[in-house]
Formats: sequence, structure tokens, C-alpha cells
Amino acid sequence: MDDNKLQQTPSQTIGPFFAYSLTAQQYGYNFNSIVNGSLIIDSAEGEQIFITGNIFDGEGNAIHDAMIELWQADANGNYQNQFKTDGFKGFGRLGTGTEEDKSFTFKTIKPGSINNQAPHINVILFMRGSLHVLYTRIYFNDELNDHDPILVSVEPQRRDTLIAKRTEKEGKIFYHFDIHMQGEKETVFFDI
Amino acid sequence: MNRTDYNVQPPYLYPEYKSTVLRSPAKPLMIVKEHLKDLSLPAFGESAIGKFDNDLTKNARKNQDPIGERIKVSGKVMDEDGRPLRNVLVEIWQANSAGRYIHKEEIHDAPLDPNFLGAGRMLTDNDGRYSFYTIKPGAYPWGNHYNAWRPNHIHFSVLGHQIGHRLVTQMYFPGDPLFEFDPIFQSVPVHARELLIAKFRMDWTEPEFALAYEFNIVLRGKCQTPFE
Repeated sequence: MDDNKLQQTPSQTIGPFFAYSLTAQQYGYNFNSIVNGSLIIDSAEGEQIFITGNIFDGEGNAIHDAMIELWQADANGNYQNQFKTDGFKGFGRLGTGTEEDKSFTFKTIKPGSINNQAPHINVILFMRGSLHVLYTRIYFNDELNDHDPILVSVEPQRRDTLIAKRTEKEGKIFYHFDIHMQGEKETVFFDI
Repeated sequence: MNRTDYNVQPPYLYPEYKSTVLRSPAKPLMIVKEHLKDLSLPAFGESAIGKFDNDLTKNARKNQDPIGERIKVSGKVMDEDGRPLRNVLVEIWQANSAGRYIHKEEIHDAPLDPNFLGAGRMLTDNDGRYSFYTIKPGAYPWGNHYNAWRPNHIHFSVLGHQIGHRLVTQMYFPGDPLFEFDPIFQSVPVHARELLIAKFRMDWTEPEFALAYEFNIVLRGKCQTPFE
């Protein structure tokens, strides 16, 4: 170990009670939220989509006290590094405790490709029972993913865990992306 | 970006903390290439932060001050080289002085305080500093095992400049007798546990107003050399 380095602050679980601070408006607490489930304001350029899914534990039960953050590039493949309150924001956050079926649904636009990577969304995940931040990615099943440097380095039989499936319902475009903590369909998480 | 240092970090699976059993990845994490790790996270502006967002004794006040011991919790957010990280979003949440969280699912039989929410946030200044006024949280019973109690703690969420700068942790208070019984605290390797314990700072204490604690936060630093 390098003696000149400070030691990293250890991670701890987010616990079950984060909502009244981190996702207060979504849960109806009297504290405003600076990020929410919308990564855009309606005027953002690009194809408007919804990212929806569940997070499942090792027994296949949907987790109701997880918090998921999304961070993505805009339709032209650029990250909006200064967080805006209008147009394209690129960053969103939801808890999984407000819907009956414990699902999350983010509103955003399809990101453009960046640095020869296939279009994707970065996922940052926390929950009671997880002592660490977890990172994964959402790709899209109607994009050319074959040459993406991250996807090709994933074992072929696990690549599907990173690819969201497109459906259309009442004129809206949904991409379905479930996260499995364990089991046959365990999502690939990254050591970043 | 340096890697997660498992010398100081807890494991993913820590069976004494029972919820990790079904919620920790069973397969090894996938290591990604260096250039993908330095992805910037969004910077939030001061306009996002409300006037009393960093004063939990005022931000939910209705008709009187919240009950409990008023404290000041301050510190610095740095990288592993000790460089201050400015404009980092620090969000906190905690139980009230009776050990009760306001969360709707909370069932612990202790009183809510109508003048206390327990949520706060702020951005670090140019020297990487943050400071909150709050009420010292009470100990809190939970269902992990028979007679399980959490030590007094404040939850921290820290969103820094890069994707590897995302940390959620908990700050504890010095000398808590519950440390040795708490599997969440114990999940951290023994020599690193002190990193989660705030220091009592008599010299920062405000006379006749609030005791002061210092809690510094070190995020994974950007790699200095290309040879790692």
C-alpha cells in the first residue's frame, strides 16, 4: 500500500430508509428533490423512451427498497456535465418503493453512441442488503451492439443481462430492463 | 481512477448482515478498461440547494426547535491524495433523537418529532468542506437478529466528479457501545472501522449552542501515474 495515500472511506449500506432524503418527492415527503425519474424536460432532442423494470433478489422476489440512478449521454452522444433543470438532464434517480409491483420507470431519450461504444445508459444501484454501490449498463436490443468494447468482453451467455428489450404501448416506447442480483440471470456488474 | 480498496471496504456478502445473503452478486464483478472509469458525473449548481437544506434543525421546523442534542457535523471531501473535491453533492438522512425514522414503513415504537425530518444536503465549497447542523440521532432497533440495535449513525450519500466517486456510507459517533454488536459496522475490516467514526472536535464546538464532530470523506482518487 502507498503510504502517502489517504485511506478510502469504507462503503456502508443505504439501508431501508433513504427515501425521505434521496427520493423525497417521489415518496411524498415534504422535502424537494433535485433529481427524479425524468432525465429530460419535454423539449429534449431525441427519441423519447421509458426505461422500466424490476430489481430481483436471489429468490426472484422484487426488491422494494432499492435506489437506482441512471446517467447517460444525449441524443448526439454528449454527456451534459453541468446538471440542468431544463432540456436534457441526463441524470435520474428513483426508489423502487412507490409502485405496487415495485417497478421503476424512467423517462428519457435514447442516447447517441459515444467513442465507438453502442448507445447505453450507466446504472448506479444501491439497496438495503448491499454494502456497496453497484454499477451496470443498459444497452438496447434494437441497436448494433456487436462491436461495443464492454459487451464483447462479457461472456456471451451473460450479455443478454445488459440488453433492454423494446416494446411499444399506447404510442409510447418502453425498454424493459430487469436487474437480477443472483441466479441464472444474474446481471453483470462492473468493478469500476 | 484507483480501484476499490478491499483492504478497507466491506465484502459484498457478509452473512451476519442477513439481507446481504440474497442481495449481493454471486458472480465476480467484471473489471472494465481504464478509460471507462473516469466518466464524469454531473455537476450540480448552488441553485439546486435550498437555504436551510444543510440545517436539519430548521428545515422541517414548524412551531419549535426539534427535540434533542443539537450538533454540528463538518468535514472535508478529498481524493486519496488529499486533494479537496469541490462542488460534491453531499446528502444525509438520519433518525431523530428518539431513534425513530420518519420513513412510512418504520414501525419502531418511539415518537416522531413534528419539527424534524432528518434529511439534508449541500455542495462542498472550494476547499471541499461541508457542514450540517442537526440533532444527534438515537440508537435504533432492527430485525436482523434478536435484540439487534444500530449504533447512532448518520447516513451519507456522496456524488463526486467521476462515476467511481459515488459513495454511500454511514457516520458513527465515538465510543458507541453498540459497535461490537452491529454487523453493518462490523462488515468493514477491523483496522478500517475508525474511518467511519467521526472525531469529537472541542475546538469546533460552538459555546452554548452545539457540540461539533468532524467526519472526513475520502473518495477513490484519480490515478496519478499511467503505470498502475
